[in-house]
Amino acid sequence: MSRRVVVLVSLCFSVPLLVLLLAAWQGLDGYRIDLDAVLASPNSQHFLGCDALGRDVLARLAEGLKLSLFVGVLVVSLGALVGISLGMLAAWLGGWVDALLMRVADVVLSFPGILLAIALAAMLGPGVDNLILALVLVGWVGFARLSRVQTLSLKSSAFVDAARANGVGVVPIFYRHILPNIAAPLLVEASFGLAAVMIGEAGLSFLGVGVQPPEASLGTMIREGSSLMLVQPMLVVWPGLVLFLIVMAVNLLGDAWRDRLDVRHD
Amino acid sequence: MNLARAIIWRLLQAIPTLLGVVTLVFFLLHLVPGDPVDALLGETALAADREAMRQALHLNEPLQQQYIHYLQGLVSGDWGQSIVDHRDVWTKMMERLPATASLAAVSLLLAVCLALPLGYWGARYAGKMQDTLAMSFSLLGVSIPNFWLGPMLMLLFSIGLAWLPVSGMEQAGSMVLPAVTLGTALAAMLSRMARSSWLEAMSMDAIRTARAFGVSERSIWWRHAARVAAVPVMTMFALQLGAVLGGAVITETVFDWPGLGMLTIEAIQRRDYPLVQGCVLLIALFYVLANVLADVVGLLLDARQRHV
Repeated sequence: MSRRVVVLVSLCFSVPLLVLLLAAWQGLDGYRIDLDAVLASPNSQHFLGCDALGRDVLARLAEGLKLSLFVGVLVVSLGALVGISLGMLAAWLGGWVDALLMRVADVVLSFPGILLAIALAAMLGPGVDNLILALVLVGWVGFARLSRVQTLSLKSSAFVDAARANGVGVVPIFYRHILPNIAAPLLVEASFGLAAVMIGEAGLSFLGVGVQPPEASLGTMIREGSSLMLVQPMLVVWPGLVLFLIVMAVNLLGDAWRDRLDVRHD
Repeated sequence: MNLARAIIWRLLQAIPTLLGVVTLVFFLLHLVPGDPVDALLGETALAADREAMRQALHLNEPLQQQYIHYLQGLVSGDWGQSIVDHRDVWTKMMERLPATASLAAVSLLLAVCLALPLGYWGARYAGKMQDTLAMSFSLLGVSIPNFWLGPMLMLLFSIGLAWLPVSGMEQAGSMVLPAVTLGTALAAMLSRMARSSWLEAMSMDAIRTARAFGVSERSIWWRHAARVAAVPVMTMFALQLGAVLGGAVITETVFDWPGLGMLTIEAIQRRDYPLVQGCVLLIALFYVLANVLADVVGLLLDARQRHV
């Protein structure tokens, strides 16, 4: 990884990290409503001021950021688990299992990802659980297709044959022999997936089909902030800036990994 | 002949996908936890009203009957009725389509006008400052969420500088900010693709040969390499014809742009499920069409892809 990338990624991560550290040090409650501090400007008590209900913006930023990272990591992990298992299984078994899985994947990929996530989350109902479910339902497909193609190319290689001839079971072959060999492109997929999921979570919450008030999400904070732009413009600047920086850092890491591991990614 | 056969084969392949899309959209209604009628009318609604709603949504029929009913309706142009104002879903969508179409067209045009020069600079001056600048734009463009870029542009150009209207589509110049918001991500992806394809094309043996024959550098870049690089770029552009509609859902909501995307979100907020299904299905149909178009573009431009 070039030095320039390291510096850029550190710079991007430093702002969200500072938010988390400052908020933890201050220890304010992001849910406490203080009607004397409605739309307060930044001061020594509230470093980034307060929102329309007098809640501390810094504390809410930290809450939203934690939620965003939590949802991002959980969705990518679940999506990877489901997608990689199904993809490898489809490649291994072939036949109708493979055909069926690929048709299902085609159907999911026939929608703009964000639209399908919005529709699923809207139908399932609001809340973090359904938000996560909707994002996983959209996100597993990339992993499945990628691991399927990669497994197909390794399925008949000599070392897999050797392992089978030695009586190694299917499951150990998957995770001991095939998975390490296809990990590089999956890692790249996971990093771009993380960026997409974090934007997805905030986007769905922005539209009102994800995280519900009063719970803090960067997306709901952007929505609340945009309606108060004339009064207190920083309310919409901060949550978006934090999200943007963290997504950019993850994208930079993904790019760097892709170049380093020499993976082609569309 | 080979080409025609390949295109027909690709079109046929879209049929099972379309059927799958329709099936998924049909089942969206059944994802609503519990009884959808409860979600629509509340649990305290009168029995007669509930029954009427059941009738309207065909929820009394067995599932396979509902499915067949839904398919028949779609084919005969009856996409259902809005629960809120009882108007035809298809009519409601067609009223909003022109706004989305014009916004999408301008955004795509903007994206191409930005992406081609940026991609060219990135490839021509690879590793130099121009490349860094072009690729920084691309990185910013793919990382910036459109529901934040929109408010930021509003803050700067509508509220701060007062150059452009905040939202809506009545005033002159009201399309500028939504189009920039929607076009930025498209331009970012397209310029990245243009740069890498151009660079790859420049590494071909044919380019070395052209140089040896004394072909001018300008002609090499714009005639020889550009033709090869055009295949993936045009393919991606065709894909973006569909992807732009996904972005429009959020961008239109940010700017109160009365298109199909905003209609989708309004329908979701009012729990107008038939309208939600209609909007999602229509956008997905455009998306599938764009995917097919992308493959056809590949088939037309690149003879190697024609072997079925």
